[in-house]
Amino acid sequence: MADDEEPVARGDEPGQDGTGPADGEDRDDAAQPEGSGAESGPVRWWTHRLPRRSAALIGVLVALLGFALAVQVKSNDSDQALAGARQEDLVRILDTLDARKERLQGEISSLNSQRQQISSTEQGREEALKEARQRADDLGILAGTLPAEGPGLLVVFAGGKGGVSASVLLDSVEELRGAGAEAMQVSAASGSPVRVVASTSFVDGAGGAVLVDEHRLSGRLTLSVIGDPSTMQAALNIPGGVVDTVRQSGGSVSVRQPAKVQVSATRSAPAQRYARPVS
Amino acid sequence: MIALIALAVGVFVGFVLEPTVPTGLQAYLPIAVVAALDAVTGGVRAWLRKEFNDKQFVISFVSNVLVAALIVYLGDKLGVGAQLSTGVVVVLGMRIFANVAAIRQTLFKA
Repeated sequence: MADDEEPVARGDEPGQDGTGPADGEDRDDAAQPEGSGAESGPVRWWTHRLPRRSAALIGVLVALLGFALAVQVKSNDSDQALAGARQEDLVRILDTLDARKERLQGEISSLNSQRQQISSTEQGREEALKEARQRADDLGILAGTLPAEGPGLLVVFAGGKGGVSASVLLDSVEELRGAGAEAMQVSAASGSPVRVVASTSFVDGAGGAVLVDEHRLSGRLTLSVIGDPSTMQAALNIPGGVVDTVRQSGGSVSVRQPAKVQVSATRSAPAQRYARPVS
Repeated sequence: MIALIALAVGVFVGFVLEPTVPTGLQAYLPIAVVAALDAVTGGVRAWLRKEFNDKQFVISFVSNVLVAALIVYLGDKLGVGAQLSTGVVVVLGMRIFANVAAIRQTLFKA
């Protein structure tokens, strides 16, 4: 209907313009005389009858009004109101939106930087934690408080008549340490294995036994050691070395190189009574 | 009665069809609607006083709509469209009020 209205407006402007407003005014103002002249009895408007054509025309016009009303209400509800807005209104709306966008962008960037800061802090903390954990693991292996596994050697001492002496054991431990051993334990055929750390002592005991950190070990002793296998093997086999010495005294040493050596024995770290870390 | 039914039908059709208003007409439609409302209230007023003239009503309806649209169009061309359409709405609103007051006086004698 809106389409109908505009062409009419264009086409009939000159003709209607002259009569239109005048007629409208006339109707309102000239209503009185006309009405008084026509009838002046009791008002019985519902009996008023119109010619069929006029009624149809009026119906069409009023229907048009209702239609336009509904359409306008509907289109006002939706966002399409923007499409009909005037230029200055649009400029104002655009300015508002621009300002809002700018504000929101500032907010975004500040939040982004905040997030970055937080995440970098978090990352740094995680990194430090990881490093500390790694350090604790290293130190635990070094101090013998943590079990360890890895490539290495199994050195089995079978003593001669006098068993395995403490000095031979100490020599081999020293030799292996020199060759880069990282974790060691000594085990006898019976009894639990003993972790070898910096403070481990080897003492000859009665009956061919060896006291390792006051654990009595006798018979065949197995030294499990984690480190670079080839280097340690070479260190053990040098002329005048451990293997040589044991063989000369009538014992035997066998060195095996399994895929993975387990150093399962642990010892508790001694409580430091005097030494304090320098922080 | 016919007019009431037609109004209801028009509103119903408008709500059901949900046509989109052409961009070029969007500034004029609300003004045209208000102008038509003025004409209709004037017509009702005349009807109640038994002064109703069908020809007059049709012409005033059409001319009201056209003049309102023309004024808004002119205002848009002159760069005062917003102010002028506000003025048109104010004037038409006053006329509608006057018409409704007349209707009320005729109907309720008060």
